[in-house]
Amino acid sequence: MDIVVCMKQVPDTTEVEIDREKGTLKREGVDAKTNLYDLYALELAQQIKERHGGTVTVVSMGPPQAQVMISEAYALGADRGILLSDRAFAGADTLATATALACALQKLGRPDLILVGMQTSDGDTAQVGPALAELLGLPHVAYVKELVDINPTSGVLTVVADMSDTVETLQVTMPALLTCSKEVCQPRLPSYLLKKATRQKAVEIWSAADISGESDMRGWFGLNGSPTRVEKVFPPSFDQSKETWSGAPAELAARLAGKLREMKIA
Amino acid sequence: MLKTPPTLLHNKATAQDAEEIRKLVGAGKVFYGNTISEDYARDELAVDTAFPDILVEPETTEEVAAVIRYANERVIPVIPRGMGTGLCGGAVASRGGIMISTVRMNKILEIDQECLMATVQPGVILMDFQKEVEKLGLFYPPEPGEKSATVGGNVATNAGGMRAVKYGVTRDYVRGLEVVLPDGQVTEIHGKLAKSSSGYSLMHLMIGSEGTLGFITKIVVRLLPLPRKKVSLLVPFPSLAKAIGAVPKVLTSRTSPTAIEFMQTDVIHVWEKAMGKRFPHATAPAYLLLQFDGNSMAELEAVYEKAAEVCLAAGALDVLIADTGDRQASLWEARSTFLEAMKTIGQVELADAVVPPHLIPEFVTYCDSLSEKHGVKVWTYGHAGDGNCHIHILREKGMEEEKWRKTLPAVMDDIFRKAHELGGQVSGEHGIGEAKRKYFLKYGGEVNIELMRRIKSCLDPKGIMNPGKVV
Repeated sequence: MDIVVCMKQVPDTTEVEIDREKGTLKREGVDAKTNLYDLYALELAQQIKERHGGTVTVVSMGPPQAQVMISEAYALGADRGILLSDRAFAGADTLATATALACALQKLGRPDLILVGMQTSDGDTAQVGPALAELLGLPHVAYVKELVDINPTSGVLTVVADMSDTVETLQVTMPALLTCSKEVCQPRLPSYLLKKATRQKAVEIWSAADISGESDMRGWFGLNGSPTRVEKVFPPSFDQSKETWSGAPAELAARLAGKLREMKIA
Repeated sequence: MLKTPPTLLHNKATAQDAEEIRKLVGAGKVFYGNTISEDYARDELAVDTAFPDILVEPETTEEVAAVIRYANERVIPVIPRGMGTGLCGGAVASRGGIMISTVRMNKILEIDQECLMATVQPGVILMDFQKEVEKLGLFYPPEPGEKSATVGGNVATNAGGMRAVKYGVTRDYVRGLEVVLPDGQVTEIHGKLAKSSSGYSLMHLMIGSEGTLGFITKIVVRLLPLPRKKVSLLVPFPSLAKAIGAVPKVLTSRTSPTAIEFMQTDVIHVWEKAMGKRFPHATAPAYLLLQFDGNSMAELEAVYEKAAEVCLAAGALDVLIADTGDRQASLWEARSTFLEAMKTIGQVELADAVVPPHLIPEFVTYCDSLSEKHGVKVWTYGHAGDGNCHIHILREKGMEEEKWRKTLPAVMDDIFRKAHELGGQVSGEHGIGEAKRKYFLKYGGEVNIELMRRIKSCLDPKGIMNPGKVV
C-alpha cells in the first residue's frame, strides 16, 4: 500500500506572536518544528506500512529550511521525501496550498491513501486536507480518531471520526484521504539509528515548473492563486473567570450542584 | 550515652488549647477535632491515618513562633506540614498534637536578578516557583517527581529529583533560612551569600531535618541562568541488566546528562492502562531515559550523539530522540506519574535507598531478584544516574493481610541491608520520617545516630518538634 503523508513545518511555540500592523505571524527568531498533528498522520502511515507493506512518502510545501523536517521524517521511517519549494508558492492560502499539493500528487502517481494532520498549529484552519481531496476527486474523512480496520482486498477503510457534536463510524474506499486527530495513535520518536543511516539521503526539491506539467499553473499557486485576503490578525480573547468558595462540605456541594444546573452543565 | 530519643511524655492538645491558639493567630486559621480534613491525616504513601488534635494555618513568622512557644510551654507535639506529598510519614501527626501548615505562607517574597537569588515563604509550590523564575530566564534546578510539593517541604527533606545527576539536590541551592526554633526563638541562618566559612553550618543542619529541629519560615535559594534547549533520549535495551549496566558508561562519557532514569516495561504497561495513554515505545524489556540541556541545538546534538553511541556500544537496541517539548512531555509526564499509576493495581510501599552511583547495576539486579525470593511484586525504577533507586513493593489486590505483614518488612530489610553493604544509605531523597526510621536506626551507624540524638536534645530538649521522626 502506498501512502502519502502531507506535512508542514510550523513555529515551535504555543503562543505565536502576532504582528498587528502587517497582519501576519511573527516567525523571526522562532524555532521551527513539524506540525504536531502531522506526526500523528505519519505514525498512522508507518503502522499501516508495518502491517500491510508498501511505502510512505512525505510531501510538504515550504521554504528550503523545511528539508530538516523531511530528514526527521526519514528518522521516523518515511521512505521518500519531497519538498515543494519555489518563490512562486509564497503567500499561498489554503486553496493555493492544496492546489500545489494536488499537482505534486498527480505527478507522483496516485497513492492508495493520503494521510494529513487535521489542522496546523499556526493556521488552525483544517481546510488543506479536505481541499486537497476535493481537487483530486477523492473521498475523504476529517477528524479521524481511530482506524478500526483496513480490508486490503476490497480497499475499504473503517474509521471513527470525531465531529465534535457526533462521533461517526464511517467506511471509505481507497484511494482516499483521512485527516488525523491526536487520538489516532501515539507518535514514535525519531530513531538515532535511522537518523544515522539516512544522513546522506536527499530530500527531493520540486519547483512550480516541476509540478505544473503541460499547463500554465502560474495563476493558481502562491499569492496569485489565493482568493483569501487577510483583513486582520489578532489573538483570541479569553474570558475565563475564577471564583473561590469556602464553607462546610455539605453547603459547598449544594452550591456547586446549583451552579452546575445554572450553567446547564448538569 | 542516650539510648532513647529525648522525648518527654507529650500532652494532647485540647479544645482549650485551640481557643488559646485562636487568640494568638486569629480564629479563622485554627481548626480543632472533626473540622480537620482527612487530607491532613496522611501523606502520599501512608495507609493508616493519624489526625492532629489542632491544625493551624499561620500567615507570618511571628504567628508560627507564638504557636511553637505555646506548644513548648505545654509540651505538645508540633508537626510542620507542607502539601502532604511526602512519602515516609514525615508530615503525619502520629502522636497527635498541633499541625502547623504552611498553606498561607505561600508568597514569593523576592526574585533578585542581580545576585540570582530568590526569597520565598515555605508554602510556595515548587512548580509555581519554577514557572515564575523561568519567565525571567532563570532556573531553579531541583526537580522532584512531585511538583506540587512545597519548597519548604523540599528543604525539610532535602528533596532530590531527576536533575540531581548534573545539578545536585535542594541542599545545593539553599543559601539562607529563617527558622523558628523549638522554644519559639526566631533566627536567620546564613543569607544572601554565595559562600561562608563562619562557624558550623546550622543551615545544612536544618536542611533535611524533617521538621525535627525547627520550623522553616523563610528560604533564600540561588538560581541559575535557564538553559535554552533540552533533548531527552529514550533508550530501549534487550534486558534490565544491559540497561542498568550502561549507566556507569554514560556517567563516565563526559556528556553531562542532567538526568539518567531507568524503567522497565511492566511499569510502563501499568501506566498505559491506568492513564489510558500510550507511551512512545513499550516493546523493549527495559529503558534508560536520559536528558541533556544546553544553549543551542547544535551543541546539544554533538553531546547526545556521543551518549547515543555509548548506549549502542553497551547493547542498546536503538536510541530514540525527544527533541521537542511535546515529545519530552510524552516521556517525562509518564515518568512523573508512574507511582500514581501503580497505586491503581494495589497498595504500594516504597524504599528509596541510595548507593554509590557506579554500584547501581549490582543493587538494581539484587532488588529485582527479590520478587522471586519473596513471592511479591518488587518493581524498581528511578534515578539510576545518582545511585538512588526507587523500589516499589506491591500488595496486589487479593493478597492476604498476614502474608503482606510478614513479607513487607522482610523485603525492606533485604533492600536496606544490601544498600548498607554497598556503602549506601536508607533514603536518597524522600527522607526517613516515621516509615523508614526503624531501618535508619539499624543501618544509620551507631555513632552517627547518637550524635544526631544529642543535637536533637540540645535544640529541642522537650522533644516537641515532629516527635517519632528521623531519630
